[in-house]
Amino acid sequence: MNRKMVVSRGFVGNFGVHETEKHDVMGIFKKPSIKSLGKKKRDMPEGLWHKCPSCGAIIHEADLQQRFRVCSKCEHHFTLTSHERIELLIDPGTFKETEGHLESVNPLGFKSYTDKVKNYQQKTGLKEAVLTGKGSICGAPITIAVMDFRFLGGSMGSVVGEKVTRAIELATAENRGVVVLSASGGARMHEGILSLMQMGKTSGALARHSEAKLPFISVLTHPTTGGVTASFATLGDVIIAEPKCMIGFAGPRVVKETTHQNLPPGFQSAEFMLEHGLVDLIVHRSDMREKLGQLFNFMLPKNAGSAAA
Amino acid sequence: MKIEPLEFEKPIVDLENQLAEIRDRSVGHEFELDTDIQKIEAKLRKTKTSVYQKLTPWQRIQIARHPQRPFMLDYVEKSLDDFIELHGDRTIGDDEAMPGGFATLDSQKVVVVGHQKGRDTKENLRRNFGSAHPEGYRKAIRLMRMGEKFDAPIIALIDTPGAYPGIGAEERNIAEAIAYNLREMMLLKVPIIAVVIGEGGSGGALGIGVADRVLIMENAYYSIISPEGCAAILWKDRKYAPEAAEALKITANDLSEMGIVDEIIPEPLGGAHHDHVGAALSLKNVVRKHVSELQKIPNDELLEARYQKFRNLGEFKGA
Repeated sequence: MNRKMVVSRGFVGNFGVHETEKHDVMGIFKKPSIKSLGKKKRDMPEGLWHKCPSCGAIIHEADLQQRFRVCSKCEHHFTLTSHERIELLIDPGTFKETEGHLESVNPLGFKSYTDKVKNYQQKTGLKEAVLTGKGSICGAPITIAVMDFRFLGGSMGSVVGEKVTRAIELATAENRGVVVLSASGGARMHEGILSLMQMGKTSGALARHSEAKLPFISVLTHPTTGGVTASFATLGDVIIAEPKCMIGFAGPRVVKETTHQNLPPGFQSAEFMLEHGLVDLIVHRSDMREKLGQLFNFMLPKNAGSAAA
Repeated sequence: MKIEPLEFEKPIVDLENQLAEIRDRSVGHEFELDTDIQKIEAKLRKTKTSVYQKLTPWQRIQIARHPQRPFMLDYVEKSLDDFIELHGDRTIGDDEAMPGGFATLDSQKVVVVGHQKGRDTKENLRRNFGSAHPEGYRKAIRLMRMGEKFDAPIIALIDTPGAYPGIGAEERNIAEAIAYNLREMMLLKVPIIAVVIGEGGSGGALGIGVADRVLIMENAYYSIISPEGCAAILWKDRKYAPEAAEALKITANDLSEMGIVDEIIPEPLGGAHHDHVGAALSLKNVVRKHVSELQKIPNDELLEARYQKFRNLGEFKGA
């Protein structure tokens, strides 16, 4: 524990390990035992060890980084931030953020909503629950929207709806594909009916994008529910899910309370969805970029990336 | 049909009972009760006005959910003619929570779809309390496509507490069934008029609600979440539903101010359940007006306006 492990909590280039740390971290045997963690907690850089929420394994940050934040024991996919997703998927140097300046207001004057947004902005360093931009994936020109579950549960209010819509409209104008990575508890209650209308708005933009014969790939990550599932997330020409992620319209608790039935095993998991024909593919995080590239390169027209006539 | 009074209508009911009693007594008697009757009648009018003119959002929700309120098929029967109900989604079944078919509005042919609640427990089991399954939404879009094909404007009557959150609904992809309608309704080359006649419960309502005109009955509501659900999240207790109803801004007036609905359809005094025929006539007049307006608009303009209508909804800063 005297070693100074400098492990950035944030993302490190190409999911690699910091140079300073490569010499120190040799493998699981060299890591401090869990017992010692309690006593020396104060000396620890924060977040060095993680408990896998699925299998309970204690995993070192460096391991997680090397494996795209996937548990080495059970392949559980840890939540990624929107910036981590961009780094994972977009060709280096091609990403340009769009509409990063849009911020929420409090249209209904809803109790404590303004403070809530402020708190999440400070906590996450994000302006809103979605990051949008354009770039390429394996050379395929696309626009991308990545939802960030850390920001108010990835909920969709006016800003999320607007940014997703603009990303889709930009793709239509510039002959690009669209990829949206969803992670959301659904529509944002605090903006009331305006949040509901974002479902119509985003789906409408997809209707026009689709009419232009451009491809949309929806990637479902853990968890995706509610108004996001009931709009753009299920409208992909191709729908991909990350392994074991939870996808549904209503949350499992609501389903159970409504039906008074026991839920079937694996209900609303990615694997359940695949079995029922609701998603095209389950793709491991480490293969995601390549798979998206393959699909887009198949589906995109030859003149992709040039402004539509 | 005797109308079940709501809690806040008690002062009105008391006066009505008094009036009935005094009228009974006056029958066959010599003494003069006319002035008493007139007094009570005047008081009744005043009480009605004061109760019904300042209904709280929560009281309106009680009216919107009143079991005797006219439902989708009541409006079809009383506002439209020659209804031919068509069944099934062509894949798995017929969802009786979402009837639909061909009809005429005066001499204009229309396609009508909507959520249907049950009047009693038995019918509610059949209609699933107006909560449609995926097959309902898929039947609705099938019928709406015929509206496009046969040049019949579409009337969608919304009245649902929400799409059904059940195991089968999830397995058959209720989310996609709604999303698909949102996308496809944006492209249908025929006028679409949606009317929230009772409960506009979130995605389940919007699933047939992408339209050129969105109208709402005076006491109906349209919301992202039920007031009870909102209260459970915000106050951790469903009993704060009246406060939530206030905060969510879900009444016809609120929605009109926010530009969500285009017109409020007036209801008979005390709510549509007091007078089905009056409510149906009121709906018919407004819908007919919008149908004829929309029919004058060329399809490309119609679709552009429909797109922009939803495109422009949302409030934010930094635009």
